[in-house]
Amino acid sequence: MSTISRILQSDLFYRFSRDKVAMGSALVVMLFVVVAALSPVLAPQNPYDLTQLDILDSELPPRWQDGGDERFLLGTDHQGRDMLSTIMYGTGISLMIGVFAVLLQAFIGISIGLVSGYIGGRVDAFFMRLADIQLSISTLMLAIVALAVFQAAFGSELYQDLSIIMLIMVIGIAEWPQYARTVRASVLAERSKEYVDAARVIGLPKRHIMFRHVLPNTLSPVLVISTVQIAEAIITEASLSFLGLGMPVTQPSLGSLIRSGFEFIFSGTWWITILPSLVLIVLIFSLNLLGDWLRDALNPRLYKKT
Amino acid sequence: MKAPDLAAFLFRRLLQAALVMFVISLVGFSIQDNLGDPLRELVGQSVSEAERDALRDQMGLNDPFLIQYGRFITRAVQGDLGTSYFFKKPALEVILDKFPATFELVLVATCIIIGFSVPLGVYTAIHRDSLITKIIMGFSIIGISVPVFLTAIFAIYIFSVLLGWMPSFGRGDTYALPWGWESGLLTLDGLEHIVLPSIALSSIMLPLFIRLIRAEMMEVLQTEYVKYARAKGLRTRRVRYVHALKNTLIPVVSLGGVKIGTLIAYTILTETVFQWPGMGFLFLEAVNRVDTPLIIAYIIIVGLIFVISNTLVDLIYTWINPTIKFVGGDR
Repeated sequence: MSTISRILQSDLFYRFSRDKVAMGSALVVMLFVVVAALSPVLAPQNPYDLTQLDILDSELPPRWQDGGDERFLLGTDHQGRDMLSTIMYGTGISLMIGVFAVLLQAFIGISIGLVSGYIGGRVDAFFMRLADIQLSISTLMLAIVALAVFQAAFGSELYQDLSIIMLIMVIGIAEWPQYARTVRASVLAERSKEYVDAARVIGLPKRHIMFRHVLPNTLSPVLVISTVQIAEAIITEASLSFLGLGMPVTQPSLGSLIRSGFEFIFSGTWWITILPSLVLIVLIFSLNLLGDWLRDALNPRLYKKT
Repeated sequence: MKAPDLAAFLFRRLLQAALVMFVISLVGFSIQDNLGDPLRELVGQSVSEAERDALRDQMGLNDPFLIQYGRFITRAVQGDLGTSYFFKKPALEVILDKFPATFELVLVATCIIIGFSVPLGVYTAIHRDSLITKIIMGFSIIGISVPVFLTAIFAIYIFSVLLGWMPSFGRGDTYALPWGWESGLLTLDGLEHIVLPSIALSSIMLPLFIRLIRAEMMEVLQTEYVKYARAKGLRTRRVRYVHALKNTLIPVVSLGGVKIGTLIAYTILTETVFQWPGMGFLFLEAVNRVDTPLIIAYIIIVGLIFVISNTLVDLIYTWINPTIKFVGGDR
């Protein structure tokens, strides 16, 4: 049986196809991903290319308002950039940072969770205590302080070139406890099962048992939290960029776009702030709905209840 | 609760608090060492290399790491966190001047969170499928999905820009209390200014707490002792609001402790949007100006507030939760 038909016949897909909210939010997320990925082709303008910008076009309202311009469906910002194009590119940056940060979180968190749960004892106690402390300090606070220090240390010009990497690193490292705790919990449950004993009895090395046997069985809860983690990472990135600690205005994510528009919100140019804000909210909302559904669908305890 | 157990618990908790403060102080110290050159801040460019070296020695900048760190800690404990480059005043004084603004904002937001989340959470748990419950839960999903700074921006845009009902920035008039505390809660103008920022600050926490209280309450209402209390003939109202509610609130306190750090981060966002003259707003200004002593002072003061409030919450938690063991209480 091919992989595709296996997916189509799975229990999960059946329940997915019966749930309108899940289908709708998945569709919206897919739409965002496709549009963002194809933005160099689809966007009417390349907002990074300064030669395409004309300062005379700046701060034009959306087409449906008085004074709107045929060429700019959603208006322009104060540099004359087409809002639609800038939002498309910005969504791409936000999604990219979110996904890569979550990949990094998953990598660090799964490693620590696996080691912590499998070895146990003092190692476990140390990592879980660390996770408690880090969770209570909160990712956003850690990220704000770390990026503030980096920015002050590198100077804002060098920082602008590094900001994508810095954001991915900081959000990726700061959020490891979520994955570590999840993986540890399932490792603890798996460790006492017979197949692990069997593997140990036939003399397989610890590392082999950990990565080849236990790890694959802990991945379903990892999948469950990943969707919500991406939403969280996008929120964190947007918040940091809004504070001026994230992406620069020349290469804006949704957060820095909102920041650049917010300076002018009192002068009536609402579209520079409100439009990217709405895009951000719809994106996060769909991801959260999808994550909620996935959690309910893959959680066997809830499955029995309903 | 036996006294020796409590003492052991306190000791462990204080040890952890000290550890966190130690890490924070290391961060602060390494920033001080690496951001900018303190000598240049002091004498400018016009001094020769030999004189610079002599001055470096004199200021102790060539001393080993531990000695320099020791000096930093000694001064920090005495309340000397350096002088702000921008304000030309002691950094600690500058930060503490802004403390009342942030504290009052957090206070009002906390009142909103507690005041609304408990009744709404209990209501939605008891009337599971009513229309009002669905509306509340719907709003709570939206509330969680909208980042704090966007709630703040939309609040400003709708209520200040479009409708013109509310002031959009600052604290408004303040009233000076005798011990030097500038309060915005005692003037009408100040109260008007705090409405939008405090709502924005509580916009994610409130739905989070409503959902937690609802889930806990629904679980507690299923337990044996609640059923027993009903079977014994206690009034429904008493069972719900005294017996069930009490046990619902234990995890709520625990979540409150976990969320203190997040709340502090949210004050930075809220204060930035509303240009609220508090510590978070000051911190971002300091970052943009590379005002190192002020950055360090903020990190240390916030770290201290965080550690103290977290310890307090933990103490309250152990005090109200009868099932907790003090010694060796590791799960």
